[in-house]
Amino acid sequence: MIEIDVRKELLGSQGKMNLSVNLSFESKSFVALSGQSGSGKTTLLRILAGLENAHGKISVDDEIWLDGTRALAPQQRGIGFVFQDYALFPNMSVLENLLFVRKDKALAHQLLELSELLELANRKPATLSGGQKQRVSLCRAMMNRPKLLLMDEPLSALDPSMRNKLQHEILTLHKNFGTTTIMVSHDPSEIYRLSDRVIVLSQGQVIQDGDAKSVLLRTQGSQKFSFEGELLDIVKVDVIYVAIVAIGQQIVEIVLDGSEAKDLHVGDIVSLGTKAFAPMIQKMKEK
Amino acid sequence: MFETLKALEWTPFLVSFKLASITTAILFCISLVIAWNLSQSKSRFKPVFEAITALPIVLPPSVLGFYILYALSFHSPFGRFFQDVLGLKLVFNFTGLVVASCFYSLPFMVQPLQSGFEALPKNMLEASYIAGKSKLRTLFCVAMPNIKPSLMTAIVITFAHTVGEFGVVLMVGGSIPGETKVASVAIYEMVETMDYTLAHIYSAIMVSISFLVLLLVYMFNRQQNHHLGGVS
Repeated sequence: MIEIDVRKELLGSQGKMNLSVNLSFESKSFVALSGQSGSGKTTLLRILAGLENAHGKISVDDEIWLDGTRALAPQQRGIGFVFQDYALFPNMSVLENLLFVRKDKALAHQLLELSELLELANRKPATLSGGQKQRVSLCRAMMNRPKLLLMDEPLSALDPSMRNKLQHEILTLHKNFGTTTIMVSHDPSEIYRLSDRVIVLSQGQVIQDGDAKSVLLRTQGSQKFSFEGELLDIVKVDVIYVAIVAIGQQIVEIVLDGSEAKDLHVGDIVSLGTKAFAPMIQKMKEK
Repeated sequence: MFETLKALEWTPFLVSFKLASITTAILFCISLVIAWNLSQSKSRFKPVFEAITALPIVLPPSVLGFYILYALSFHSPFGRFFQDVLGLKLVFNFTGLVVASCFYSLPFMVQPLQSGFEALPKNMLEASYIAGKSKLRTLFCVAMPNIKPSLMTAIVITFAHTVGEFGVVLMVGGSIPGETKVASVAIYEMVETMDYTLAHIYSAIMVSISFLVLLLVYMFNRQQNHHLGGVS
C-alpha cells in the first residue's frame, strides 16, 4: 500500500501554483499520471523519488519516506527511475550501467535477455539508438528490484513503432517483477494498454481518477464514437463546405452546411462524432 | 648549437617543473572539493565564493605577492605559527613558493573543473543517487570519468600557468639558484644582465614546451569528445 499526501508551492507557467495531492494505491498496481505540461506531474514524481523536497507524508508499505519535512534520502528509498532523456552513464558499457546499480550478474543477464539487449552488453551508450538507450535505462531501473518504479514520459522521445515495442516490454517487466509503477504519459493508447488506473492532474490538483476506460473515453450520450481534433481549414465546394480536421497524426474531411461553416473558425478545437451513420461536427472550444 | 645546449644550465627549468608538479597535485585535491561543491550548490552565497576563487586572475601579481609575502612572513600570526611551532620558514624558500603558487593558480584548476561538473546532465547524477550511491561515489564513478576533457584541461593549464608565473615567485621566492630561481626569473635576470643569447635559448625552450603541452591537451580533448559522444 502506498499513501501519498504532499503539498508544495511551485512556480508554474501561470505564476504560483500549489501542488496538493492526496492519493493511495495498492502495491503492484500500474498507475498512469497524465495532465497538461506544467500541471505538476514531473514534480510529483521527483518528490516521490526524494529529488525534491515537499511537505506532507509519503508511506510505502511500512516505510515512511516523508514525514512533515523530514525526508528519506533518494539513496535509501530503493526505487527505480526512468528519465525521459535516458540519463545513462556514458563512461560505462550497457552491462556496467546495470552492474553499477547492483553487482548482480544473473539479474543483469536476465533483464538484458528479456529486452533483447544481450548482444549490446559491451557497447557504450553513445553508440545506441534512442529506443535501445531507453531499454537500457529501463533495465537499469529494475536492477535494484525497486519497491516503486517511476517513469517520466519514458517513451515520448521515440517513434510510434518503437513505442509499441517498448510498451510491450514495460508490460512484460511489470508482469514478471510485479513492481508498483507510476508512469507519466500523454499518450492515450499507451495509458490504456499499460495502466490499471489513470490520475489526471491540473494546476497541481487531481481532477480525474479512475480506470483508463472511464477517464479516456470521450463519447457522450448516443454518440457511437467521437474524436477531438483541430480545425485546419474550411473550403467552399459549390454549395457545400468541406472542413479539414487534424486528429492525432491523421487529417480527415467533413462535409458541412453553410450555417455550420459560419460558426466555425480555423484553429478551433472540435469534436467529431457520429450517431448511426451521419457524421456530425460540433465546436468544443473557441479559437 | 648542440654544445651550447649541452652546456646549458637546466636547473631553473627543473625548479619550475618541480614547483608546477607539486602545485598541480595539491591544487587538484583542493579544487576537486571546491569545484564539486560550487557546482552542486544552490546557496545564495555561491557568487561570493566564486568571486573569491577567481580573484587571482584579476589581481596584479604584485598585490598577490605582497599579501602572500606578508602572510607567510614572521610579521603575521600565520607565519609566526609555522616558524615557532613547526620550525618552518616560509619565505624565500621552495615551500613558500609552493604555497604562493597554490593561491596564484587556484582559479585555473577550479574553473575548468566547475564548468565540467556543471555541464553534466543533472539527471545523470540523480540516476546515481537513486541507484543508492553516495555523493562521493557519484563524484568518483560518474562525474569525474565523464568530464575527462575538463580534468585534463584543468591539470595541464594549472601546470602550464605555474610554470609561466613570474611576479609572485619573484616576490615570495626571490632568486636563489637551485631553490627558488625558476625559469621565468632566470630569463628576467639574463635580460637584465644583457645576456641575450641565453635569454633567447631559454625563451625558445619555454615557448616550445608550452606549445607542445597545449597541443597535447587539445588533441586529447578532441579525441575524448568523440569517444564520449559529445558529453561535456
